[in-house]
Order: sequence, then structure tokens, then C-alpha cells
Amino acid sequence: MSLLIKGGRVVDPAGGTDGVQDVWIVDGRIHKVGRGLKAAAGTETVDAAGKVVCPGFIDMHVHLREPGFEYKETIASGTRAAAAGGFTAVACMANTFPVNDNRAVTDYILARAKVEGVVRVYPIGAVTRNLEGRQLAELAELAEAGCVAFSDDGKCVMNAELYRRAMEYALPFGVPVISHAEDCHLGDGAAMHEGLVSTDLGLSGQPAAAEDVMVARDIILAELTGAHLHIAHISTAGAVRLVRDAKARGIRVTAEVTPHHLLLTDEMVRSYDSSCKMAPPLRGKRDVEACVEALVDGTIDCVATDHAPHALSEKEGEFADAANGVVGLETAVPLLLDRLVRPGVLDLATMVTRFSTGPARLLNLPGGSLAPGAAADVTILDLERAWTVDPAAFRSRGRHTPFAGFTGVGAPWMTLVGGLPVPS
Amino acid sequence: MSWKRKDLLGMQDLDAAEIIGVLDTASSMKEIAAREIKKVPTLRGKTVVNLFYESSTRTRTSFEIAGKWLSADVINFSASGSSADKGESLLDTARNIEAMSPDVVVVRHKAAGAPALLARHLRCGVVNAGDGAHEHPTQALLDLMTIREKKGHLEGLNVTIVGDITHSRVARSDIHGMRKMGITVTVAGPPTLIPAQCQELGVKVSHRLEEAIAHADVIVMLRLQHERMQGGFIPSLREYSRVWGLSLAKLEHCRPDVLIMHPGPVNRGVELAPEVADSAYSVILDQVSNGVAVRMAVLYLLAGSKSA
Repeated sequence: MSLLIKGGRVVDPAGGTDGVQDVWIVDGRIHKVGRGLKAAAGTETVDAAGKVVCPGFIDMHVHLREPGFEYKETIASGTRAAAAGGFTAVACMANTFPVNDNRAVTDYILARAKVEGVVRVYPIGAVTRNLEGRQLAELAELAEAGCVAFSDDGKCVMNAELYRRAMEYALPFGVPVISHAEDCHLGDGAAMHEGLVSTDLGLSGQPAAAEDVMVARDIILAELTGAHLHIAHISTAGAVRLVRDAKARGIRVTAEVTPHHLLLTDEMVRSYDSSCKMAPPLRGKRDVEACVEALVDGTIDCVATDHAPHALSEKEGEFADAANGVVGLETAVPLLLDRLVRPGVLDLATMVTRFSTGPARLLNLPGGSLAPGAAADVTILDLERAWTVDPAAFRSRGRHTPFAGFTGVGAPWMTLVGGLPVPS
Repeated sequence: MSWKRKDLLGMQDLDAAEIIGVLDTASSMKEIAAREIKKVPTLRGKTVVNLFYESSTRTRTSFEIAGKWLSADVINFSASGSSADKGESLLDTARNIEAMSPDVVVVRHKAAGAPALLARHLRCGVVNAGDGAHEHPTQALLDLMTIREKKGHLEGLNVTIVGDITHSRVARSDIHGMRKMGITVTVAGPPTLIPAQCQELGVKVSHRLEEAIAHADVIVMLRLQHERMQGGFIPSLREYSRVWGLSLAKLEHCRPDVLIMHPGPVNRGVELAPEVADSAYSVILDQVSNGVAVRMAVLYLLAGSKSA
């Protein structure tokens, strides 16, 4: 089984490549990258002239909802959304039902992914049993079963002693502990970011400090334990500053940011549209600017979507009562291409790094590179394709996105997993 | 005047001309209350639905009387608790009511933005009778009407709003409405009860009652919800009342013609000393009377004026 991607602009930051090259794939692995490659007879060819060929994009923060919440999303629908959005792999959070806090659930997810999934699926195990923040989950067994990180995402582990123990206990497994950094007492019950807009709308607000204090705590615990701490969906200028300082001091901390926290502010909530409701909430202009700056300078290591589908009935109705979470798999890459790469804020190679090499390295995943021998997970982009965000056309079962109706130019064109194009 | 809106959702949406239009209409409605037969046929054949998801006595009654004096059929639909508790979503309830062809739906709901949600989905007019801590536009209109009656004008006056600004829809509507009419607004309360970036609403913020009310033409005292101790907003009702309650002694340094207003219901002895509530400064009952006139005006403008 052999395939030749011909004439595309290959952007492989890990290998320092940016130029027109051919990529030859044999038996699911990168065989050779170079100019004017002559493949053996019978090799299938993809004409990628005018396109951009990159190592496969990895979304390290999605909610596939299976098992338990198949009415919101399934591994089948979620991975199809991922492929359509240019992702060759996703890491899925543990807040399923039952929670992924034991080997049986991890095995189930991996088995379903093998049968139903069209991209690679890497489960993330819970830090505490049933996400209750009271007792450690069986982290050794979860790591053995294939969990690539530990997180109680969706909830913050408020007990600092327990979180310290989790970080310590996870050390031998060499996987990060991912923090959903949100002090649940600061701005308890808040529906949005605290600021002028929350004051205007009469909605209770969560101050940026709710994230800042927890990022500060977790960095201090990472320093104490030597663990690899990863900050999920960073959203505040204060948290960015804390991560930047911690990195400068040599603490093992990494961070991800979502497209909505890079591109939107709390002004969007003025419509009381629950498609703008998620945790952490859309923040202020200064926070957005800090996140973009940090993505460019490398303080933030990767873009992750926090793809969090819900059923219509959970999102329609009163803003304060609507579920937190929006979908992101099918809009992240187009949005970043149009809103950050096209205007020159972020160069293409850095964007590719943040979507592929960044998450691959910090989760120790195969991928993130087109070096010979690497798994042939490839994302091909068409920088000229015009798009309009139409939630009705999503592969995901979730329909709620703050970007509905947005237009732009530049989108994924083809997604290959293990050398095989994922049918759209 | 020409009224073009389908709905009345908040004072933030209105301009000064629209506000004056409602106040003038309300003033002309007030004459009806003085008649022996308090009924005009203006809204005969029109249906007004009072959809109240939060308990309310005076606002609901006020809308009901307003509708009845204009000869509308007024239906009260009270839903206790949230729509979710009842198992029927707000939108489903609204669609059911819509199917009965009302002309105006008056809605009160604990969730900010609920009237806006209904307005987007209903063909009939929607009046916001209070949504969470967002807005309560007819309260602001009746406050403005009362001030204009007593002072003869609005522009250039100083109004101080005292108490729990953070959780108050009355404060927000008053701030927007009063600022548009050229009133200088000061809000005063402990810092825990002043919302984030409040100054950016165009008001002065004070944390000292005596200073905030010294030059006021009007003082609006807000009701303090008893549960505010739970969130750590204030230590006790006793302390709140001592520092932020309005007594005759504190009024000594105020203008002699100051007006005291309150949206009701009054916590006597908490934010208002009983002798202040009953004093000559108090125009609380005028507010209630004007409330009916303002709501007649609003129902007329939304349901009546176009078919006339």
C-alpha cells in the first residue's frame, strides 16, 4: 500500500521543512519526503499542487461523550467531525458516564474507536474517582490501559493536598496532569465573565481571578512535585503571565488555548445567546490579546478546541440555565487560518506547530512530524478555499458554536490517517 | 408620538424621545384613575397575558389593573419556580401561549435575558416586567414620571441610588433611563454590592451614604434581599441597616426638598426607617399610582396605537 502526495507545499516545522516537496507514504508510514519523487508503479497519487501538506493536526481536548451521552455525540460522529476539521487524532476527556476513571471504560473507548472511529482516539483518564475530587482514580492502571494524560476536566480539583498527591503519583507514568483551573468558589454560579458586560446584562460574573488563582496554585504544586502540569483552555491575561514566568523559571508547565478564547470577547454574550456560553467564559479584550500574544511567542504550546457538544434542549432557553460548552472541531482550523495566519499575526509554520508538534510532544504521541518512519498522519490545507460556518452541516451532533455565520478563507482539504485519506 | 417597537425589553434600548413619549402618554392616562367609572374602551378585544415566573404582587396587579382599565382581557399565568422545574421549557410555554393569540405578553422571570428570548420567538409584543438582575423598564418609567411630576423637570437633577446595585434590575433600568434624561446619577453601597466596572455605565460610585445623598434631589432606596449574607456580600442585616439604612437623622444634612423613593416592597427598619417611609419626603405611594398609568401607556403603545 503506497501513496504519493505530489507537488504540495510541505510545512513540517519539526523537520525544518517549508517548500514544495512530495511526500511518499508506504504501509501507513512516511517513506520519503523530497522533490520530484518517482514512486513505484501502482502507487496512488494525490495532486496537492497549491495545497499545504502538514503533519497531522491533533486536538488534545475534546469531549466525545461516549459512553453515556451518545445523544450529545458519539465516537463515530465526533471523529468524523475531527477529520472534517483537519484533525488526525483527538484526546478525549474523562467526563463520560460512567467516568473514565477505570480500565474498563478506557478499554471500551479504545475498542469503540477502533470500530467506529475515523481518526486516532487517545483517552484521558480521570484524576479522581467519578470526578468527585475526593479520592485518586487508579492512575497506574489507567496509564497502562492507554490513557495519555489525567484530568478532571469540567471540574477543578479544589483540594490542594489531593492534587499534589495526584501530580506526585503520576510522575512515573510520564504523562501530564491537565488542570481545569477554575476556583469554584470565586464567582460561584456565574454564567459569564465578570466585567462591564456582565454588569450591563445583569448576569452573575466570574472574575478572571478565578482562573488566575488556580493556575498559580497548580504551578506552585508543579514546582513542588516536579510533575508536568498542563493548563487546559487558558483564557486570562493573568494566567498567561503566570505560565510565562513559570516557564522562564524552568517549571514543567504547558498550556493550550481554544479558538474562541483567541478570537472572541464577552461582548458576544450581549445577545444572551447560549452558543456563547462555555467554561471558562469568553473574557475581555485584554485577555484575548494576551492569549494571542502567548500563542505566537510559544508561552502557549497548542491550540485545542474543548469541543463540547450538547443537545439542543440543553442549550436553548434561559442563558443562566443553559449548559456550558460549544463545539469546535469543524471550525478551529479554518478560523485560525483566516483570522490569525492570513493577517500575518501567526505564521503558518507556527500554526502547524501549535496544532501538531506541540500537542504530540507534550502528550508523547506518535505524530507531529513528517520524518521518514513516522506514522503517516497528514493534514492537507487549502489556503484559498472560502467558507461559511453552517452548524446545520456539521458532522458533529452538537450545533452550538459562537461562530455560526462567520465567513473566511482557508480550510482543511484532506485528512490522512495512517496513510489513508478519511472519506468526507 | 410614533411608537415603532414591538417590545419593551429595557431602558438601554430607548432614546430620550421615546421615554418622553411614554411619560406623556402615561400622564394623559392618569386622568382615567380619577374618574368614577375607571374604564375606557381603548383595548377592547385585545388580550394581555401576564406571564410571571417570579412571585410579584404589585407589578402583576399594576399590569392587571392597567389592562382592565383599558378594557383588555387580562389573563394571569403564574408559574412557580423555573420553567425547568416544571418540565416545560420557557420556549414551549411561550409557543403554547402564542397559539392562543395574545396581543401582549408581560413577562417576569428570574433569568436575565428571558424576555429577549421570548421576544425573538413571539409575534406579539413582549413587555419585560423584570428579568433577573437585568432590567425592569416600567419601574424606571414610573420613577421618571414621579420625579417629573414632583420636580417639574428631569434634566440637571441629581439622583442617588442606594443599596444592592449588583443584584438590582431597578438600578440598571433607572441608571439607563435617568442618564438619557440628563440626570446625574450616583450609586452608593458597600463595594461588595457595586457591580464590576460600574462607573462605565456613566454613574458616580460612592461608598459613603452621607456623602452620596448630601446634594441629591432624589434618593432611590433599594430593597435588600435577606439572603445576601449567605454570599458574603454583607456581614449582617444589623450592620447593613446601621451603615446603609436611611434614618431621619441621616436626612438632616440633605436638601430640604429631597424626595425618597423605593420600588417596594419596603423592608421597614432595614433600608428605610419606618418614620422615613411615612415622612413627607416619601413619594413611594405616588410611585405605585404612577405605575398603573405607565403600564396603561405601555400596553396602549404596544397593543393599541397601531390598530387605531
